[in-house]
Amino acid sequence: MAAAAEFDVQYVAHLARLNLSETEQQKLGEQLRGILAYVEKLSEVDVSGVEPTAHAVPLTNVVRPDVAQPSLTNAEALRNAPAKANGLFIVPKIVE
Amino acid sequence: MLNELTLSQLTHTLARREASARDAMQACLDRIARVDGAVKAFLSYDAPDALAQADAADRAIAAGADFRRQPLLGVPIAVKDVLAVKDQPLNCASKILGNFRSPYDATVIEKLRAAGAIVFGRLNMDEFAMGSSTENSAFQTTRNPWDTSRIPGGSSGGSAAAVAAHECLASLGSDTGGSIRQPASLCGCVGLKPTYGRVSRYGLVAFASSLDQIGPFTKDVCDAATLLEVLSGVDPRDSTSVPQPVPHYAGALTGDIKGLKLGVPKEYMIPGIDPAVDAAVRAALRHFESLGAEIVEISLPHTDYAVATYYIVATAEASANLARFDGIRYGARVEGTDPVALYANTRGQGFGPEVKRRIILGTYVLSSGYYDAYYLRAQKVRTLIRRDFLQAFEKVDAIVTPTTPTPAFKIGEKSEDPLQMYLSDIFTISCNLAGIPGLSLPCGFTNPKLGTGNSKLPIGLQLLGQPFGEATLLNLAHTYEQTTAWHREKPKLNP
Repeated sequence: MAAAAEFDVQYVAHLARLNLSETEQQKLGEQLRGILAYVEKLSEVDVSGVEPTAHAVPLTNVVRPDVAQPSLTNAEALRNAPAKANGLFIVPKIVE
Repeated sequence: MLNELTLSQLTHTLARREASARDAMQACLDRIARVDGAVKAFLSYDAPDALAQADAADRAIAAGADFRRQPLLGVPIAVKDVLAVKDQPLNCASKILGNFRSPYDATVIEKLRAAGAIVFGRLNMDEFAMGSSTENSAFQTTRNPWDTSRIPGGSSGGSAAAVAAHECLASLGSDTGGSIRQPASLCGCVGLKPTYGRVSRYGLVAFASSLDQIGPFTKDVCDAATLLEVLSGVDPRDSTSVPQPVPHYAGALTGDIKGLKLGVPKEYMIPGIDPAVDAAVRAALRHFESLGAEIVEISLPHTDYAVATYYIVATAEASANLARFDGIRYGARVEGTDPVALYANTRGQGFGPEVKRRIILGTYVLSSGYYDAYYLRAQKVRTLIRRDFLQAFEKVDAIVTPTTPTPAFKIGEKSEDPLQMYLSDIFTISCNLAGIPGLSLPCGFTNPKLGTGNSKLPIGLQLLGQPFGEATLLNLAHTYEQTTAWHREKPKLNP
């Protein structure tokens, strides 16, 4: 298992699109190194030949007929938008 | 006092026209006005809407509505702030959702309404259901009604405290690693986490999708059976809900448990269990024996790995589920020069410390180079944990454990040490990993003359069952409850 010491908070925060202050980075780094050291205990377990469990339901590939059904109206979908105009979400400029 | 009745006592009272649904709703609102300043279970509630629903229930009763078809007619039921109720606020006790109002009802809310319930209130919780004390709420810390200097448990702390303080007749919560059973235990009520797939999660804000289930908090086991029957069933809008017939759970409460085998896992008798909890659970086992059940020692060999497995699987899933809170389509937004900066600013300011901690941990265990070592390995250990339970259920009908290692702890006692907080979930976490049902019910109190700072605090007993074995769990719990008096005790709240 990977060593907890390699853990780079700043890099992971970037992957998670999460701004952290320097104080937060320091505190989180310390706490997470502790938690990662704790979860290292899983490396003791012999998992050879064991299938992973993604969920505990005896179901696979639940599908429904490909038929359009009523869903939220445009106004309902935009109701909670932080910025909107002309029936659309407003976002910062993406393409120059 | 109508608010102090159980759900079944209230519906009998309403059916006999001895009181109205409006009286019952008003009694809850009066109680909230009196005690919630001290308990802080509710984030908000819409009194005019609740009373309008009560009036509608009274009209239905006057028109001869059938309580067998609508078993919750006129019953005030409050809801954790993680479930969508049309036109009501939905915040998950987080700042990031801003002024969000739900555009639709969750399936469980539709089912409550169809059964006649008055659905009201937004109950406090740990932010995004991440925590064991409600101290992670962005808005307020809920207090334990038995001792307001202590935590009510979490993450559904508001749901447990509101029922224990008789501010509502019953409530809904969600349970990902113990978030129904642990607060039910610490507040002295009944809490049930159904089998994974038993109850639709459409309209539940997802935390860890392979673990989350919705379930009821009630004042007794019979009410839990009534609510479970209403909530259960397959739903085309949740592809993980299982097409398994829904039994008449209240009909399974026969009071006869002779010959049932109860397993006691030797791995759960760990050092660190509070002596009062240990004594109460041992006494409960003797009581079950006196009722005709057989106690059998069993082994769940991978118990010691459950907390580590859980904190990898749950945080990985959370980091993916919470990616949707990005400031674009709903909720609060903190502007940025480009979309990525906007996401990072919004999330950096909108999420609290525990949510950030789990997103970072979950992102890390899924990141390139670490996925196999952490996430895939945890999923394999999860298989072994589930296998332990399925093998145990070849020998026993249910498993009995303490719900929590200690009674309610003091506010602030563990909030600076996340790992210690995580370890307080040690008895409840495996149940979600295995996907089996679990129930907590009161089995005693601490002695105020010994330890625990002169407080009389509830102790909870956990029953774990086979997949879709809720009827057996409920009957065991009901039989125990009806031959003991713990569930009749009420906290003395005198604000």
